[in-house]
Amino acid sequence: MNTQNVAAASSTKAGQPFRPSKKGRFKLIWKRYRRNKLAMLGMVVLLALLAAVFSAPLYLDYQEAITQHIVDAFAKPGSDGHIFGTDQLGRDLLARIIYGGRITLGAGLATVALSFVGGVALGGIAGYFGGKVDNIVMRLCDMLMAIPGTMLAMALVAALGAGLDKLLISLAIVQIPSSARTVRAAIMNLRNSEFIEAARCYGTGSGRIIAKHLLPNILGPLIVTTFMHLGSIILCIAAMGFLGIGVQAPTPEWGSIISENQSNIRYYPYLGLIPGLFIMISVLSLNFIGDGLRDALDPKMKN
Amino acid sequence: MLKYTLKRVLLLIPTIIGITLFIYLIMSLVPGDPVEMLSPLEATFEEKEALRAELGLDKPILVQYANYMWNVLHGDFGVSWFTKQPVINEISNRMPYTLTLGVLSTLIASLISIPLGTLTAVKHNSLPDYAITFLCLLLAAMPGFWLGLLLQIYLSLQAGWFPAYGVGTMQHYVLPVIAVCAASVATNIRSTRTWVLDVIRSDYVRTARAKGASEIIVIMKHALRNALLPIVTGFGSSFAMVLGSSVVIETVFAIPGTSTYLTSAVKTRDMPIIMGCILVISIFVGIVNLLVDLTYSVIDPRVKYE
Repeated sequence: MNTQNVAAASSTKAGQPFRPSKKGRFKLIWKRYRRNKLAMLGMVVLLALLAAVFSAPLYLDYQEAITQHIVDAFAKPGSDGHIFGTDQLGRDLLARIIYGGRITLGAGLATVALSFVGGVALGGIAGYFGGKVDNIVMRLCDMLMAIPGTMLAMALVAALGAGLDKLLISLAIVQIPSSARTVRAAIMNLRNSEFIEAARCYGTGSGRIIAKHLLPNILGPLIVTTFMHLGSIILCIAAMGFLGIGVQAPTPEWGSIISENQSNIRYYPYLGLIPGLFIMISVLSLNFIGDGLRDALDPKMKN
Repeated sequence: MLKYTLKRVLLLIPTIIGITLFIYLIMSLVPGDPVEMLSPLEATFEEKEALRAELGLDKPILVQYANYMWNVLHGDFGVSWFTKQPVINEISNRMPYTLTLGVLSTLIASLISIPLGTLTAVKHNSLPDYAITFLCLLLAAMPGFWLGLLLQIYLSLQAGWFPAYGVGTMQHYVLPVIAVCAASVATNIRSTRTWVLDVIRSDYVRTARAKGASEIIVIMKHALRNALLPIVTGFGSSFAMVLGSSVVIETVFAIPGTSTYLTSAVKTRDMPIIMGCILVISIFVGIVNLLVDLTYSVIDPRVKYE
């Protein structure tokens, strides 16, 4: 959204008075989005989760999440100060979930940002220049899409080495081909339209045409696919955490919390249920937001 | 048709070379010497160099890669760095479990999602539609391993209906298949619904209704058959998706498949195993995609391959 507003500000500076104001368009999208109750619910839940998780150091000590108090092990949810109870090492489950969310959600956002930039760069180049460049980039993408994403990400983590940053890079590499494809397809549609031709006649350079004329026009589908991807990336990060790839103990991560508690879930089901519910709620909210944005940005696409 | 099939099979080769080369290059360019990792702490320089030569790591990267691929062509996928066992034996022992899980899940996912997806489209904006769509949303947002764990605890450890771990009988596969299926059932129902809805509103369906064809004939013969092409495309990609989600499910249910092999190799950075698994799996995914493309001409006679 922000980029659209920035684009709007700069275009009014360039002096095109009769263009419909983009602020109005943003308001219209927001009005349409607001009508979708599920999308609003998703947004509120996600914002609340993000706020709770990222402001955690203000109200909760990290030590709470990793220090062991064996005497307090397996406290039931709701018992003395432990809203979600404690795990087999006596660590407060709520604290671990809050700090785990920082990793899971933060890593998800970082991965999506990386793959967004990579996808826009690759897809933009392929779609705009076409021909040989397009062919090479697309064959590379096909190649990366030839095997299941989870497996490719695992192989890349193994090649790059352990660590959260390596996991992020691997997941971004896995996601880039599909966002590059979206960008490329959208740009190919617009490449030969009249306003691009006009810009070219004015002598505008390729980089400027891509950044100023093409990208703002394909931002809608791009944002929607990005939100849709974010959900599956979070599921993937949790799965990796569950397998013990990327995040090392005792750092909490939603997937790794579940795998740590795996042997105790049978007798203390809450230890597995609650972290899983958090993953599900975040992914569900993201999917609602994605659906809502799609309908708001392009009402024609709604069936 | 034969020519097309042959061409597609040949096209698999550059894809496989590309993907393996990509992983090989990253592995070689990233700091961290496997020889340091594998040799004991007190090893002398000579011992380390001997190990390096034994692993073939003393040669330039591209030569290493070419040697590796040459050996692969002769059925030799190398030996594990840690256990020294031939990789190909492990993979061929484990692949049947992964493939059984993958094929069963893809088939069952199609058997569930085509009828349900059609139902939601035919009765759209009714109670069954809302109920199924809501269920799909939940399933799509659920982590597969979490669903697997819940099934394991409630249906096998507590209710005792199914075995909780391992392989052996078909009953062992019930819970893993459900866990693997869930996500692809959700996406496939939604895509089937979209495509059938699209077709139901077309003119020829209205004509079929107008001429007095019964509802079942209209849906089965006119609507579904025309919507089947994009639906089948979706199932092709769902095989890859199923294989991807089986990575975690195999670990949850302790299935001795390729994915558990890959997972443990990733933790120890045992590259020969990782390369072998990726290679074999990309071949299988390529074959399934080819089969999907070939079924197009069966479903839709307009599709002809040169």
